[in-house]
Amino acid sequence: MDRLPRWADVVLVPLVSLILAAFISALVLLAIGQSPVEAFDVMVQGALGSAYGWGYTLYYTTSFIFTGLAVTVAFHAGLFNIGGEGQAQLGALGVALVCLYIPWPHWTLALAGATVGAAVFGAAWAAIPAYLQAKRGSHIVITTIMFNYIAAALLVYLLVDVLRPDGQMDPASARFPAAAALPTFNEIPGIRQFYAVMGADGMQRVNAKGELMFTGVPANVTLFLALAMAVVVWALLWRTRLGYQIRAFGKSEAAARYAGINPTFIIMVAMLISGALAGMMSVNNVMGEAGRLLQNSSEGAGFIGIAVALMGRNHPLGVVLAALLFGFLYQGGAELGLILQVPPEMRIVVQGLVILFTGALDMMVRMLLTRMFGLFRSQRLGAA
Amino acid sequence: MDYATLLQLLDSTLRLATPLLLACLAGLFSERSGIFDIGLEGKMLAAAMASGAVAFLTGSVWLGLLAGIGASLIFAAIHGIASITFRGNQLISGVALNFLASGLTVLIAQAMFGQGGRTPPLEGAARFNPITLPFAESVQGVPILGPLYYEVISGHSILVYAAIALVPISWWVLNRVGLRFAAVAITGILCGLAGAYMATALQAGFGREMTAGRGYIALAALIFAKWRPVPALWACLLFGFFQALALRPDVVEAVVRVKVPVPFLDALPYILTVIVLAGFIGKAIPPRAGGEPYVKER
Repeated sequence: MDRLPRWADVVLVPLVSLILAAFISALVLLAIGQSPVEAFDVMVQGALGSAYGWGYTLYYTTSFIFTGLAVTVAFHAGLFNIGGEGQAQLGALGVALVCLYIPWPHWTLALAGATVGAAVFGAAWAAIPAYLQAKRGSHIVITTIMFNYIAAALLVYLLVDVLRPDGQMDPASARFPAAAALPTFNEIPGIRQFYAVMGADGMQRVNAKGELMFTGVPANVTLFLALAMAVVVWALLWRTRLGYQIRAFGKSEAAARYAGINPTFIIMVAMLISGALAGMMSVNNVMGEAGRLLQNSSEGAGFIGIAVALMGRNHPLGVVLAALLFGFLYQGGAELGLILQVPPEMRIVVQGLVILFTGALDMMVRMLLTRMFGLFRSQRLGAA
Repeated sequence: MDYATLLQLLDSTLRLATPLLLACLAGLFSERSGIFDIGLEGKMLAAAMASGAVAFLTGSVWLGLLAGIGASLIFAAIHGIASITFRGNQLISGVALNFLASGLTVLIAQAMFGQGGRTPPLEGAARFNPITLPFAESVQGVPILGPLYYEVISGHSILVYAAIALVPISWWVLNRVGLRFAAVAITGILCGLAGAYMATALQAGFGREMTAGRGYIALAALIFAKWRPVPALWACLLFGFFQALALRPDVVEAVVRVKVPVPFLDALPYILTVIVLAGFIGKAIPPRAGGEPYVKER
């Protein structure tokens, strides 16, 4: 079979997969009685049509960068970490404990502390399945799925019986102190101008205390942490000895073993890093947005990491772009629910389709493109 | 714990083990032919929705069952095309199908019935109702064995008995048929049965995410059983027992004599699954060609 040119492999294959996924999604929308064109319009308007929409799109993007990177690191070691959801929930617990029980003087320190807390808790949750895979050969896909369910139950218990303040009805932790609140986009100088609330006279409105008013959005400084982590993961995988070992192990376990790479060590390290990254997404939603620990805080973002990693071809740059795409889908999907009453499960369908086409039916797209390129080539030869 | 409670526990064990057993046998066919199938969960969910919806609309549980099998077969076919024809990654294909099922079932149920993504409650002929086995009432008076027969063995829906009958049949078929697409189709049918059982016998209708990880627990049972049908029966009964325990906090507390939080009981089947996977199986050796696309030698 002919090989595809590199640009086609990197750009065209994911693009065609995406178009196929979008096409099937349109059919699903038609089947449930919606107009795909109208739906797409609502999504673009709601997610990208205003600074307000971007404030949500980038908020989701931040979470998906973390979980996408988490899946990517494990993938490079040949491991399928499907437990990002549980690791994110434990990371959320880490964030909450750090924010609730340590009196932080300033949000920058709190951010550093919460990041460490999230990473440690997320990594710890990944450590057990990793150890069982390395030492006992327990299938990591099944154990990490089981750990997702266990994490959910653990958080229900903690939120109902332990962390819930006296007298509060809903199962959630207490609110974090103000010093542990991260600046959102409407509070960061330079960015906040996009969120100015304008009066009828064309002047920015002022509240009762005489302060300028801005529209609140959830996107926050964690986005920059996520982008930094993308660079760190890139450097780790392609510029360090450890990264080389992880990739060698993922390509061929037997060859890596022969080259003196310790499989237990690689499985453990790759999964710990993966779990830490998944846990870190909770800085974004728990500390940056909710300001307290809620049930099911990660809301499926751990699973979206799988689609993001596949779509992003397991490269940090690709992950960032794919995370943006899914951020758009998520915010757009929320708008679909608000305006057209499409159930939020539509997002899960799209997510499944993207995983199916970019991950499992990759070969189909590739065969299709190779054949088309072959046609072009023979035509050119015929002309000459 | 007295004898009556034990019988009740065993009774729920059998009821809860049935979908696990059907899914486990489904996984068995697929994996013995070399196709990993993480997508048992999704197929069950799709079947549960389809059977719940059709059983409600037609009032016939048998048509519901057929619809469930049909829905599951469609998912199996996609998995087959992705992993056999296009030699895709079987784990990823399974995960994708699980997400698709998770989303589509709720979307379709919502579009059809508008009840928040569930199907309307089923009753009468739209459900698989319990069957009383012959002599169950008359031997009830016999000590020990009588109540065992009446409470535990008798009084289940036909699918429970079908699932158990499928164990020897699977054993027989596995020693003869080996083609991959056929195996994937059988997997689809069995998951269809499992899902239909969930929506029309175990419960009265489909609810979102009602399979709650049973497809994955079935895979764990399959590994525990080392990919053989008869041990699979015992493994599924064991996991069914874990689930039955989770439903009876009073019994658990009476045995361990400590107050146990409900979320812990909810998590118990999953925790025990991990422990079983980690400890008791020795080295589990999967079928040799598992997960590898098959390419004919030229």
